[in-house]
Amino acid sequence: MEFLEPAFMQRALLAALLVGITAPAVGVYLVQRRQALMGDGIGHVAMTGVGLGFLLNSSPVWMATLVAVAGSVAMELIRAYGKTRGDLTLALLFYGGMAGGVLLINLSPTGSNANLTSYLFGSLSTVSPEDVTAISILAAFVVLVTIGLRRQLFAVSQDEEFARVTGLPVRALNLLIAVTAAVTVTVAMRVVGLLLVSALMVVPVAAAQQLSKSFRATFVGAVVIGVVVALSGTVTTYYVEAPPGATIVLYAIGIFVVLTLLATPLAKRRARAAEAATRACDAKVPATRRPTDDVKV
Amino acid sequence: MSDKPVISVRGATAALGARPVLRGVDLTVRPGEVVALLGANGSGKSTAVRSIIGQVPLTGGTIELFGTDRKRFRDWARVGYVPQRTTAAGGVPATIREVVSSGRLSRRKFGWLTKADRAAVERAIDLVGLADRAADSVSALSGGQHQRVLIARALASEPELLIMDEPMAGVDLASQEILAATLREQVAGGTSVLLVLHELGPLEPLIDRAVVLRDGCVVHDGPPPEALGQHALPGHDHVHPHAADEPLRTGLLT
Repeated sequence: MEFLEPAFMQRALLAALLVGITAPAVGVYLVQRRQALMGDGIGHVAMTGVGLGFLLNSSPVWMATLVAVAGSVAMELIRAYGKTRGDLTLALLFYGGMAGGVLLINLSPTGSNANLTSYLFGSLSTVSPEDVTAISILAAFVVLVTIGLRRQLFAVSQDEEFARVTGLPVRALNLLIAVTAAVTVTVAMRVVGLLLVSALMVVPVAAAQQLSKSFRATFVGAVVIGVVVALSGTVTTYYVEAPPGATIVLYAIGIFVVLTLLATPLAKRRARAAEAATRACDAKVPATRRPTDDVKV
Repeated sequence: MSDKPVISVRGATAALGARPVLRGVDLTVRPGEVVALLGANGSGKSTAVRSIIGQVPLTGGTIELFGTDRKRFRDWARVGYVPQRTTAAGGVPATIREVVSSGRLSRRKFGWLTKADRAAVERAIDLVGLADRAADSVSALSGGQHQRVLIARALASEPELLIMDEPMAGVDLASQEILAATLREQVAGGTSVLLVLHELGPLEPLIDRAVVLRDGCVVHDGPPPEALGQHALPGHDHVHPHAADEPLRTGLLT
């Protein structure tokens, strides 16, 4: 347990723990809405915030949060009201955000491409105490929203039209999901980096749903997987000279592969059981009745 | 409860883009009544229903729900809505119970599920005959079972008015019969129903009145048209390409 000794590792592990919880907790709703790549887009936009932070000599984490939130709100509004060219508008937003970030960071006196790289791919050893404070506050917000409003967010993400007819404030909840996703991106930025943030939102969810039947089990499973890979990836980088973001994401993909392999025989067994149940039913149907499949409806 | 109509649509007009879809539709559903909204593809049935629940803005006319102007109507727990869907599944696995629980949100928008909420959810699942599968993932269900889940979700709020958009689309005969029985039970309990149908099928004996739309206008409002009986039989082809100079038709009689 010598990796617990240095103060920078304690900060890094705390940050990794918070990222491991929050990224899949938001990601599960994004995957449910079939917006698995939304986190990636927000990550690109947040780069402009990081650049702005360096240029204005203020905290890149808070600046990235501001810009990412603004970007995610814009994306949600385009999604909700956009007509046919919504995808192009989103592309403009993504690449504009990325180009803006690179430009701004090079304009600033303190920033360089090396600084930018630490935000793009994560850099645990440079997580400052102020970063940890910011990450903790933001993570608390994400946990509060994703768990406290899980029924409402589930309904909106499952069937938006039905949710509107129940009288839920669907527009506000959609914006809340977008803002929460943006906040999560900036929480995860220091640990896995902006370019791999989306992976930690999506891969644990994809892995968990290989085995789960319910939303609740997927949520819990994804968070557990997220925490395990974030912590083990961080510890790995203490012993091996490896970038934390890439290590964490590859661990997550490894778990996905293992669970998929485990799930295949399980799914086969379930299918066999279902088939057996159908056969049992067929025996009771009177012979004169037509099989329902033949009826054209 | 008074005799005030549960749904009252007067002179409704609506457009999708530049194309007028509703051109002055009048539609009334009285308490306890079962009204079928019929018509060919593109006749405006779905738009009419979606404007009633506030998903399509009107360009003219009025809609009242339970005597309240729809724009000021907030009592959504009284309305159970079954959207036109082929699946109840999202991008993440969810059990039947989880999906049906969403229906309780109109009763309790925020806060946890209470014991009464849970009981209502179980009752709704039981009503559509899926009690033994409540913990199964909806992605493992057949098309007809999906539709039953969507109806259970609408029933979970114990509504006084059910609005269903093509509940029989893609549903096998066995599920159709279960749905008809469910609906019969609801109607016997006093629930009013407005449903969009392509053909009457096993629901025919339940229908009090049929409103037939054609090109955004009501062309029939009364007892279900006689010929529907034969033409609504499963297997009958209901493709209706309309020419402008065709004689007036119900959209179902070919």
